[in-house]
Order: sequence, then C-alpha cells, then structure tokens
Amino acid sequence: MNAIVRFFKSLFLLELFRGMGVTGRYMFGRKFTVQYPEERAPLSPRFRGLHALRRYPNGEERCIACKLCEVICPALAITIESAQRDDGTRRTTRYEIDLAKCIFCGFCEESCPVDSIVETNIYEYHGEKRGDLLMTKEKLLAVGDEYEQQIAADREADARYR
Amino acid sequence: MMQSLQTLLQGWGWPIGLQTLLIILIKIVAILIPLILGVAYLTYAERKIIGYMQVRIGPNRVGPRGWLQPFADVFKLMFKEIVIPSGADKGMFLLAPVLSMAPALAVWAVMPFNDTMVLANVNAGLLYVLAIGSFGVYGVIIAGWASNSKYAFLGAMRSAAQMVSYEIAMGFALVGVLIAAGSLNLGDIVRAQQGGVWHWYWLPLLPLFVVYFISGVAETNRAPFDVAEGESEIVAGFHVDYTGTAFAVFFLAEYANMIMISALTSVLFLGGWLSPFQGIPGVEHTWLAAPSLFWFLAKACIFLFLYLWFRATFPRFRYDQIMRLGWKVFIPITIVWLLLIGAAVTYGIGPWFGKA
Repeated sequence: MNAIVRFFKSLFLLELFRGMGVTGRYMFGRKFTVQYPEERAPLSPRFRGLHALRRYPNGEERCIACKLCEVICPALAITIESAQRDDGTRRTTRYEIDLAKCIFCGFCEESCPVDSIVETNIYEYHGEKRGDLLMTKEKLLAVGDEYEQQIAADREADARYR
Repeated sequence: MMQSLQTLLQGWGWPIGLQTLLIILIKIVAILIPLILGVAYLTYAERKIIGYMQVRIGPNRVGPRGWLQPFADVFKLMFKEIVIPSGADKGMFLLAPVLSMAPALAVWAVMPFNDTMVLANVNAGLLYVLAIGSFGVYGVIIAGWASNSKYAFLGAMRSAAQMVSYEIAMGFALVGVLIAAGSLNLGDIVRAQQGGVWHWYWLPLLPLFVVYFISGVAETNRAPFDVAEGESEIVAGFHVDYTGTAFAVFFLAEYANMIMISALTSVLFLGGWLSPFQGIPGVEHTWLAAPSLFWFLAKACIFLFLYLWFRATFPRFRYDQIMRLGWKVFIPITIVWLLLIGAAVTYGIGPWFGKA
C-alpha cells in the first residue's frame, strides 16, 4: 500500500511541487543582503582586525619587550628585538608583524601583560607591493595613535567579560 | 513593410534573386537580434531570480539596478584570450561551439511568432525542429573530445547519453501533438488549438506536456539535469577548456536553446500566439482577447521562468536516476498516452477530438 502511495506521489511530482513552493515563497521574502560599501554589518568589540601598538596617556609606549606575543604567536608572524634605553628601561628596537603570516587568532593581544599589542576593528586595508603588509613598529604605533579612542572604547566595552 | 521594401527594390531594378535574399537576410536579423538580446537578459533574469529565491539581491551594480550587467559580462568574455590546449584538435575544438550554436539559432527559422510572422513556413516544421534540435549534441560531444581532457570527455559522454535518451521521450511527446493536430506545420498546430484555454493541448496531452518540458530541460543540459557541466563533480564538464569568446558561444547556445525549448513548448502545448482570454465575455473585444505576438512571448517567458525556478529548487540528479527517469518512466508514459490519443482521435472520442 505504501509503495502504491509513493508511486503516485512521485508520478504526480508532488514533492517537487512542494520544493518549488518553498523557493517560490522565499522569492518574495525579505532579502538579507548587506550592500557593503554603503551599508555595513555591525562589528563586535572583540573583532580581530588590523594590529596596533598602544601608548600610555603620557605618550610612553606600553610595550616592555617581554616577547610573550612572539612566543605565543602560532604563525611565527611576530619578530622582536630589544635593548636597554638610556633611562634604563627595556624597550623594543624592532617590533614587526608580518600580516601575510598572521592568522588573526588574537593570542598576542591575550598574552600581552600591558595591553600594548591589540587588534583593532579595522578590516579595510591592503598592500599594493611586497612588504606593504609587513607592519613595522612605526606603522603599528601610528595605527595605535590614530585609533586610540576606538581601541579604548572597545576594551572598555569588553572589560566586564575579561 | 516587407511588401513595400520589395516594390522599392523592384523600382531600383534589383534582380529577383537578390531581392529575396536581401529580404530573407533582413528577416533573419530581425529575429536574431531580439533573440540575442533575449539571451543577454535571460542571464540577468536568471541571476536576479535565483538570487531572490536564495534571499539575496543579485547583480545590482552595473548600470541602474544592474541592467547593464549582461553587457559587462559579454565585454569581459570578448576581451579574454582564447586558449587552445596543446593536446587539442584545433579545428574540432573551434568547430564545436559553432556546432552547438548553429542549431539553437536555426530552429527559429520555422518558429511561428504569430499568424503570419514566420521566416520559413515549411510543411514538415516539426520534423525540422527534431532534426536540427538533435544536432546540438554534436557540439557538446565534439567539444569534449577535442579538448583532450578527462573532465571534458566525461562531461561529453554523460551529456551524449542523456541527450540521446531524452530525445526519444521528447520525440514521442511531439508525435502526440502531431496526432492531435494532424499536421507537422507549427502554424497549423497552433491553429488546431483555437478556441480558448481548454482547447490548447496542455489539457488533453497533459502527461506529454510535462514529459516534453522536462525532457527539454534535460536536452538543454540545465539543472537538475546538468550532469554534462556538473561543476561540483567534473569542474565544468565539456567546456572546461574553453575560454573567452569560445566559451561565450557555448553560453549563448545554452540560453538560446532554453528560449527555443520554451517557445516550442508554448507553440505546441499552450497555443502559441492564441490569447487565453479568447471567448471570455467582458474582455472579448479588447486587445487582450486578440491573438498576438505578446501572448506568444508571455507564454515563452512562463517556461523560461520555470527553467530558473527549477534551477533554484532542485539538486542535480544522480546519473543512474537520470537514465531511469528517461527510459523507465518517460518513455512508458508517452507510449501509453500515444495509444490513448491515437484511439481518441481515430474514434472521435472526448470533447477535444470529437468529429467536427
């Protein structure tokens, strides 16, 4: 009996019509497209984008060259060299992140004891020639200086959950 | 218009042969240019409609609302290099797209657009359609063979087997129409359906109508019968190795074939240029009830939309399922219905085939 019912169901294409009903309904449904350059999807404060090195409010750079980020980096994208500065503190002389290697896992940010290296919510950047995506210390500090307000606001919003 | 052109040419003293040639050429151009524009906008409609069914918007950047998108695609393809693989048979490789394009265009010669608009009013129109339509498979097979690539060859073999099997069911469906109409001329077939929606052949020949259209989908290698391309299995099937304009010609042929099958279905089963409002009181004397080119195009558009709807809805058939459907379902159904129709016409049974 079941087989007969199945036979007629498939003969009259009933299931196919139901499938077409589904797609036909969706045709008139609300569209979920985000028209990118004009509209943007909302970003979480935890978004992991372009890296930045932060400074203290008095202008002193935060990084103390502990090299925890270099060690934790699973993609070996971070290179650090350090030396003693004239005032006796230890500072980096070289701090580079190769964005071509980076996998944006955020471990560097998590490992940082002084909240120096952070990932901002900037995701629109590009390099036009080889080496453009090798972020040197100067470039990282420049990003940090430019977006400090946004960075601080994001950390603030997420502080409760850290 | 054609008449006045002819008298004008006669006035200029053109020989009669040249006159006819020129007029036929003008008619061909008048059919092909709208057809190719139709193909262009069919690709746009496809992307847009499938986009909508997948709850997204589809192309909307090139020109207002994306209306120039097909031209952007065409120019992109035209400026690309035509790469001929080193192991390929060069002549065959370049012949294949032409062979798949030519039949798709040639069928339009016998297509009746309305009562008088037809390029070649041949008596054996239906036979011509069958014969030319079957040619399309050569383009695909030769393309697959000449590419000298395993994927292309697999795609060609699949599509050859598929097209040959569905040709039979399609042919039987056409025989049904032929028996019912008693003519091979496409115009006469439409005229035989005169008298309102319920006189069109979709009703008395309902199973053949369904079989014909589904076979048509299979014949044009469209989803869910697109094993010849099967991009998830064999990359792009028979046209993996084609680039630039050569690929564009295959693309054009596929869409021209879709339009051709849709137009044929509307001629054979939905009364071509006849109006669905014929004989309905109230609108009887408005343009709606008058048979016209508009109705022909509108009916063809319904089937084109179905093509796109199928593609948005159904997953690809497995190869053995395609063969089973073609040989063990469609052919028996058509044969049984042919017998019924034959009996109904011979003995004048039923409301449609009663002796006039």
